[in-house]
Amino acid sequence: MQPLIQLRNLEKTFDAGGQKFFVLRRITLEIQPGEFVTIMGPSGAGKSTLLSILGMLDGAWSGEYFFLDQPVHKLSIKQRNELHKYNIGFVFQSYHLIDSLTVYENLDIPLSYKNIPHKERASLVCDTLDRFNIVGKKDLFPNQLSGGQQQLVGVARAVIQNPKLILADEPTGNLHSAQGEEIMQLFKRLNEAGTTIIQVTHSEKNASYGNRIIQLRDGWMVNQDTSTAAHSLQ
Amino acid sequence: MGETNNVLIKMAGVKKVFLTDEVETHALSEIHLQIQKGEYVSISGPSGCGKSTLLSIMGLLDSPTEGTYLLNGKPVANLTASERTRIRNREIGFIFQAFNLIGDLTVYENVELPLTYRGTGSAERTQKVEHALQRVGMAHRMRHYPSQLSGGQQQRVAVARALVGDPLILMADEPTGNLDSRNGEAVMELLRDLHRNGSTICMVTHDERYSHFAERTIRLFDGRIVEETQGAHIGA
Repeated sequence: MQPLIQLRNLEKTFDAGGQKFFVLRRITLEIQPGEFVTIMGPSGAGKSTLLSILGMLDGAWSGEYFFLDQPVHKLSIKQRNELHKYNIGFVFQSYHLIDSLTVYENLDIPLSYKNIPHKERASLVCDTLDRFNIVGKKDLFPNQLSGGQQQLVGVARAVIQNPKLILADEPTGNLHSAQGEEIMQLFKRLNEAGTTIIQVTHSEKNASYGNRIIQLRDGWMVNQDTSTAAHSLQ
Repeated sequence: MGETNNVLIKMAGVKKVFLTDEVETHALSEIHLQIQKGEYVSISGPSGCGKSTLLSIMGLLDSPTEGTYLLNGKPVANLTASERTRIRNREIGFIFQAFNLIGDLTVYENVELPLTYRGTGSAERTQKVEHALQRVGMAHRMRHYPSQLSGGQQQRVAVARALVGDPLILMADEPTGNLDSRNGEAVMELLRDLHRNGSTICMVTHDERYSHFAERTIRLFDGRIVEETQGAHIGA
């Protein structure tokens, strides 16, 4: 099977006063379709940066990144944006809902950036409201919902167009444990239905929902095939 | 001052009661308030005094329990849900403490958002989005994503989004709450410039340093207006 994601020697650096700092170093990894991968590591290890790069929100890096058969490292910003838009759904720790839009309108946002006829948009939104059991909440504003319900809307918005990949950055970080568990169960079901998921988390419990853990430390992958990393140190 | 046809917001006897676990909380009582076109008003007071509730009602995100509210001369009480949505999206520009940008949309797309709900043609949309980003000094970051910007820059993008549809009024809820003082100051200066160019602004803040940027300050305490200060704005 063709991997969904292939990274080869991916590196990210930034300059601070003429000095080069590495945020990510020689990241080489493959993710297969249908996997549920967890990225872990201490703060500052590069987890969120890696997730941003995988999600094509960050284009300032070197190395090779293949998304299916697309060489992301060779694409223009515009092509990356398109690839991201049609294939990847993002779930954020702080939900990223628009407070002045209703639940219905928030779900419609990703559709409004694609060439989808108005009628089809409406039916997609209604289907999704149904599927997530939030029909009764469609005219409410985010601040009228609990955190767990807001994140439910966040996940619903991320999957409204059946993306191949969901990227989740600390998706339960703002939730109390019962609500967090509901969101994780939801991810599990989406994964069982075929969606590939990559999450960043500090929680061992959340990680146990996935099938594989990638440990980052100071920008290096430390648990996977450490011999390669050691070898490439020259 | 002000003839009646210049009154943008007029509240009379507005009251808001919340019921939680059979306990009545009076979030607002007897609010009488007018805002004229072109004014810059700040609403201040300690947390829990009702300022955000007042802004929510003003912005049609919530409804009063009692009292009347006229927005641009029209009572809002009898509006249908879709009329409220329409007015909210077209006539009010919101700026929130937490910026409320969507992380996987570009700066350009975030600003374009209010226009996508009103069938603006694509050429006009491009022109409006670019103009709004120029006004806040963020046109050079159009294709970036929010995570690639500083907090101050993100809030400027949020201001551009609030502006893009030429709303009647900008409503800002603690717009500097997530910013350090340097960036907070910059956002306040931006709002002041917008006001000087004709925008009507109503801002909620608990930060005394910033309420002085407005020309009129309304102080709330326990859901009531306890003080109004005129002409306290600084800088010329």
